[in-house]
Amino acid sequence: MNVTINNQVRSIETATTLSALIDEMGLDDKRIAIEYNRDILTREQFPTITLQDGDNIEIVNFVGGG
Amino acid sequence: MQIMVNEKLREIPDHFSLFQLRDQLNPAADLILCDGIAIHADQLLDGSERIILIQRGKQPNHEELEALLLARHTPEVHQPLKNATVGIAGAGGLGSAIAVALMRCGVGNLIIADYDVVEPSNLNRQHYFIDQIGQAKVTALGETLRRINPFNTLQCEQVFLDKENIPRIFSEVDVMVEAFDCPEAKAMLSQCWLHNYPQKPLVAASGMAGYGPSNSITTRRALGNLYLCGDGKTAVQPGMGLMAPRVGIAAHHQANTVIRLVLGIDPIEEN
Repeated sequence: MNVTINNQVRSIETATTLSALIDEMGLDDKRIAIEYNRDILTREQFPTITLQDGDNIEIVNFVGGG
Repeated sequence: MQIMVNEKLREIPDHFSLFQLRDQLNPAADLILCDGIAIHADQLLDGSERIILIQRGKQPNHEELEALLLARHTPEVHQPLKNATVGIAGAGGLGSAIAVALMRCGVGNLIIADYDVVEPSNLNRQHYFIDQIGQAKVTALGETLRRINPFNTLQCEQVFLDKENIPRIFSEVDVMVEAFDCPEAKAMLSQCWLHNYPQKPLVAASGMAGYGPSNSITTRRALGNLYLCGDGKTAVQPGMGLMAPRVGIAAHHQANTVIRLVLGIDPIEEN
């Protein structure tokens, strides 16, 4: 099935959780913010979400410095 | 005829001289600027000059400072900025520069929170001074901001911000600013803010270390009501430190984004 991540279509296996996708993308779940189908998630929600075909995901990855 | 004196249009008689003007408006003024140049000899005025009368050591009062900002910014800009409340989480390289910029612009209410103290290594980029080392950053920054504008509302809190206290401390703000250093804190604030206050914009920053090209730092709408300033990738790491110019560029991207949001203008699109 396909999901859209930051405006790019990506093919993933069914029953993938959001946390698994984050790992697969090599991201650190403590350094990102996610909008999932227009909802802003908290980190506690990442493992509870199983991705569905057609999901729209925006991920912001923060780097250090300020 | 009319003439601009201290940013205010004044009515004066024809054939009036500079010194007559001074004696009428402020006889104690010991510095007279005519079109930006200090004048020591009397001269006749023709009304086209921009005169500034300064009494050294005397600070403008609230009303006078308001008039100066109003004249510079026009009422359409000044009034919304004066009415605005802006929150700044973090008073380091980003937060201190953003606070100074917003205070200079006349943002009427600032809420600034940070737990840190000024240390020597901060001076390469943060808006602190060598005599402030060891002070709480919010105390030191508060004093600096008061030297720019003593009249606007300023709430400084020395506190370690977390997802429990952020919604409470910043509940009254119109626009929120993320100005942390650590990526985990940036992510925490973004999640917490956008989750609690999805209607209130958040202006965050990511990627401004080193001395790479200035123009790689941009402002974009990342998701929801989150505006993100920076190059998005240049993290602080050994050999790639934070330096005043690029941190300042990112900070001022953030400050300008705040101004545009307060004025109801899209931060990204040209109008």
